[in-house]
Amino acid sequence: MNGYNFAYLDEQTKRMIRRALLKAVAIPGHQVPFGSREMPLPYGWGTGGIQVTASVLGAADTLKVIDQGADDTTNAVSIRRFFARTAGVATTTDTNEATIIQTRHRIPEKALREDQIIVYQVPQPEPLSKLEPSRAETRRMHALAEYGSMHVRLYEDITRFGHVAISYDYPVMVNHRYLMAPSPIPAFDNPKMHMMPALQLFGAGREKRIYAIPPYTDVRSLDFDDHPFRTTRAPQCCALCGADDSYLDEVVTDDQGGRMFVCSDTDHCETRQAEGHTGTGEPVVKEAAE
Amino acid sequence: MTEETLLSARGLSLHFGKVPALVNVDADLWPGEVLAVVGESGSGKTTLLNVLSGRMRADSGVTWYRDPQSRLHDVHAMPAPALRALHRSDWGFVHQNPRDNLRMSVSAGGNVGERLMAAGNRHYGNIREAAIDWLAQVEIDPARVDDMPRTFSGGMLQRLQIARTLVTHPRLVFMDEPTGGLDVSVQARLLDLIRSLVARLNIAVVLVTHDLAVARLLAHRIMVMQRGEVVETGLTDQVLDDPQHAYTQLLVSSVLQA
Ligand SMILES: Nc1ncnc2c1ncn2[C@@H]1O[C@H](COP(=O)(O)OP(=O)(O)O)[C@@H](O)[C@H]1O
Ligand SMILES: [Mg+2]
Repeated sequence: MNGYNFAYLDEQTKRMIRRALLKAVAIPGHQVPFGSREMPLPYGWGTGGIQVTASVLGAADTLKVIDQGADDTTNAVSIRRFFARTAGVATTTDTNEATIIQTRHRIPEKALREDQIIVYQVPQPEPLSKLEPSRAETRRMHALAEYGSMHVRLYEDITRFGHVAISYDYPVMVNHRYLMAPSPIPAFDNPKMHMMPALQLFGAGREKRIYAIPPYTDVRSLDFDDHPFRTTRAPQCCALCGADDSYLDEVVTDDQGGRMFVCSDTDHCETRQAEGHTGTGEPVVKEAAE
Repeated sequence: MTEETLLSARGLSLHFGKVPALVNVDADLWPGEVLAVVGESGSGKTTLLNVLSGRMRADSGVTWYRDPQSRLHDVHAMPAPALRALHRSDWGFVHQNPRDNLRMSVSAGGNVGERLMAAGNRHYGNIREAAIDWLAQVEIDPARVDDMPRTFSGGMLQRLQIARTLVTHPRLVFMDEPTGGLDVSVQARLLDLIRSLVARLNIAVVLVTHDLAVARLLAHRIMVMQRGEVVETGLTDQVLDDPQHAYTQLLVSSVLQA
């Protein structure tokens, strides 16, 4: 497309973002400020992720964009189209084919490889924001690794509910040093971050922060020795591909209370179906007794 | 005294504008000792406590702290992380208003357990057990371990703050008017509790109070301050029964008259 620099951002801005990325990679889990640019999309549409993607994207890359695991939502489609237009790169929905995956709210089910980069869109980069409103104070807490207050939060949950009641954006310790917000992915996805072969980059546009997890880095979900972190998942199998180990979305199928559980990762589900896996295809009817 | 001091200050001075809050103050505290700092309002007691604990800097003078390995630290030259770590472990600070220290939206157990978690304890069951044990030690019904502090009375809040502070077994605790805003009957019970805990756990305390009766009950030694200066210091009974300085005599007689 004429009139735009490759991948929309000017080279100087990309260099500035790459410098922030290098620093972020050098200090895993540490939030690096960057001069976030105005993007032709509103905040909440992944402007942080888009700027990071624009800065690491090359002409030979193949880009995949997912939103809640799906390639076909408005948000995913418009970001994919944005880069197809401004960078002319190939796009795909196939996790296998992608060299860069920009995501909101999920990590693909398929294990990522060393030659891939995953870029997370982050609304709130500060894991301590709910406990401590002052930026200066959270910076100090990170500098001194003072994370007792986050454990107090887990303590309170276990006391009240018998388990930690954080299902999204479950805080992690990166490389035994920095407490990090994994963005609002389900806690189900947290274990995928641990020792991941792919480079993980995080961009928060409104909050102007970038952070990263280099390949093969230790990433632990916060927990107690006697209440270890556990992932939870709906007990059903995917109605379309029969998967019993993927993260499921509940889909309402009619106005009679019928619902179906299907893989939230649409590429994963379609790949399995193409391989001949099938589910019941049946909606689950809500039990009247409930 | 043959034993070495836990905390020693020499020549502390601090002015707020023209107001002399501290004037060339020396202070010594031995392990397990309760030192009361008394004087009327505005005499510099809280300022002294803040300077001794490293929360505030003096214009001049030095404060030494001896750690459990007997190494000396200049409190005001310590790196911030080390000082903060000290405040979370070997030291404690009891505020006059417990709401300044407690987390009001966190259960009693979470409040007591926080310092253990900050120190790296990662066993929920052990943390909870310690919290329950400490509630009992400060005479709060352990059945209230999951209750929110806002359901507690003023006296209970102060006892909760003490449990939260002592759970890591600090060797040195700073207290600023710990019985301040409480009813007289509640005060008496709290004083008894502080006295027995401090004696049993052999904790050294710098206790700021404007109330000579509190000092008499809790303190081994006493420092009398007037306009930022220490005008008299000595064993509590000696100072209160036989005050030498005119200002101390005035303080003691005004209490007797009251
Ligand atoms: N932050 C401050 N700024 C200015 N003046 C202060 C400040 N803190 C204390 N002072 C003054 O210093 C003197 C000693 O105060 P303080 O240590 O609080 O006394 P006390 O605790 O004995 O009542 C008082 O005159 C007080 O007004
Ligand atoms: Mg005071």
